[in-house]
Amino acid sequence: MTDRAVSDRTTAAQTGSSPRRIGAMMLRYWYLLRSSWPRLLDLVYWPTVQMVTWGFLQYYISTNAGFFARAGGTFIGAVLLWDILFRGQLGFSISFLEEMWSRNIGNLMMSPLRPLEFIAALMVMSVVRLAIGAVPVTILAIAFFGFNLYGMAFALVAFFCNLMLTSWAIGIFVSGLILRNGMGAENLAWSIMFLFMPLTCVYYPVTTLPVWLQPVAWLLPPTYVFEGMRTLLIQKVFRPDLMVDALALNAVLFAAGLFGFIKLLQSARRHGSLLQTGE
Amino acid sequence: MCAMPASPPIEVDRLVKIYKTVPAVDGISFTLQPGSVTGLLGGNGAGKTTTIATIMGLVMPTSGRVSVLGAEMPRQRYRVLHRMNFESPYVEVPMRLTIRQNLTVFGMLYGVADLTHRIAQLASDLDLTDLLDRPTGRLSAGQKTRVSLAKALINNPDVLLLDEPTASLDPDTADWVRGHLERFCHERNATVLLASHNMAEVERLCERVIIMKRGRIEDDDAPAKLLARYGRLTLEEVFLDVARGDGIHSEAAQ
Repeated sequence: MTDRAVSDRTTAAQTGSSPRRIGAMMLRYWYLLRSSWPRLLDLVYWPTVQMVTWGFLQYYISTNAGFFARAGGTFIGAVLLWDILFRGQLGFSISFLEEMWSRNIGNLMMSPLRPLEFIAALMVMSVVRLAIGAVPVTILAIAFFGFNLYGMAFALVAFFCNLMLTSWAIGIFVSGLILRNGMGAENLAWSIMFLFMPLTCVYYPVTTLPVWLQPVAWLLPPTYVFEGMRTLLIQKVFRPDLMVDALALNAVLFAAGLFGFIKLLQSARRHGSLLQTGE
Repeated sequence: MCAMPASPPIEVDRLVKIYKTVPAVDGISFTLQPGSVTGLLGGNGAGKTTTIATIMGLVMPTSGRVSVLGAEMPRQRYRVLHRMNFESPYVEVPMRLTIRQNLTVFGMLYGVADLTHRIAQLASDLDLTDLLDRPTGRLSAGQKTRVSLAKALINNPDVLLLDEPTASLDPDTADWVRGHLERFCHERNATVLLASHNMAEVERLCERVIIMKRGRIEDDDAPAKLLARYGRLTLEEVFLDVARGDGIHSEAAQ
């Protein structure tokens, strides 16, 4: 085959090959995960430690207090759902950071890969990374504490979708900040979700917050998920209205994250930040 | 009916790039002809990397315009990025991935057809066949440069931008890389813009040299004409004259 033939076929392949570019990026992250057992171990290690710690605490409290005995599983449920939110965002951000750490971001930004294709690949990989970490942990939760997350059935699907949407929105925005500001913004990737922890009422009802802070909590989609989880486990009632509200807020949050990313990328092009991806 | 004249591969027109208040590129213009190999010379901070990054669409011009293969950069970059490629010491391919994995990923990104064949062909051309399944991080500097070159050539680009392609290589490996680039340019008729501090490299590869200083073009001509004009024997001496502001030495030119 001549070089010109290669070029012609390359040009032909260029049109409508967006899934191939997304696939290329997923393959790149899969190769990376496959080549590094510490990366794989890290996906499982911390969720397991958290689940076991909170599981024993739940067990202790349930044997000593009537209310908590009735509220079986809320702590472990909260830990597992929080992990979906936290690990979802971290999975997205770490895949992105891998490009910064390996100084590969310039190669990607000067390749035909579109920003939205890059984001799509990062979103899929965050689900893959989450699955690698969360599935074994949820099985351990059944084995150790008899808590079956999958018993939530359809509710779990609604919780999962809403939490992933939030995690992606935050991950997309943080990636934009890193592109614009360099690795000095890396810490945000690790810590930003903890800003949401007290406000989204992971371990306690929204009514626990001061009255003036409660409207802020209800502006955050995960609050609806954690409230919905407690209602399901304590009152045995699934609240679809909460999930619909969360989905609406997530649509706004996701659009805002995407908009922020595009604007930050444009700003990075203006300021030449893509050439200097260090601190 | 007259056919529309083909757009030049690279056209830079009154390009200005200012970072905050510092002008990195200050009103430069040049056009590269198809199949030409042009050297971009200049000291550190002369604006070479910013110029190349602007041509690739990585940096937004403050004013002026850059056109590549008829597409305005960066606005229309996705029309032509699959026909361009680059190599730079400022970027690396992922070190944990093997050479084959890296070339597979970049080949897919660039939409290369018959990728298995293309990787085998590149590996053979660049003497990487025995190393294909080795992680890139475990290669020597020279081998890594050959991998970067393979990545830059994976899509058989019509426009190739090279920023210091032989920096930090031993003379033998650098010579080998230059030889390969020469063959590629000859066989492919690609348009190449090469930023380098290595004057011997520029003399060997380039038919035209653009010398930049403080964001501006100080001179622009064929190497032989530059040598004659400055009354010097090597491009290095010409470069030093321009960098130190010594000007043209040749009496004839004066």
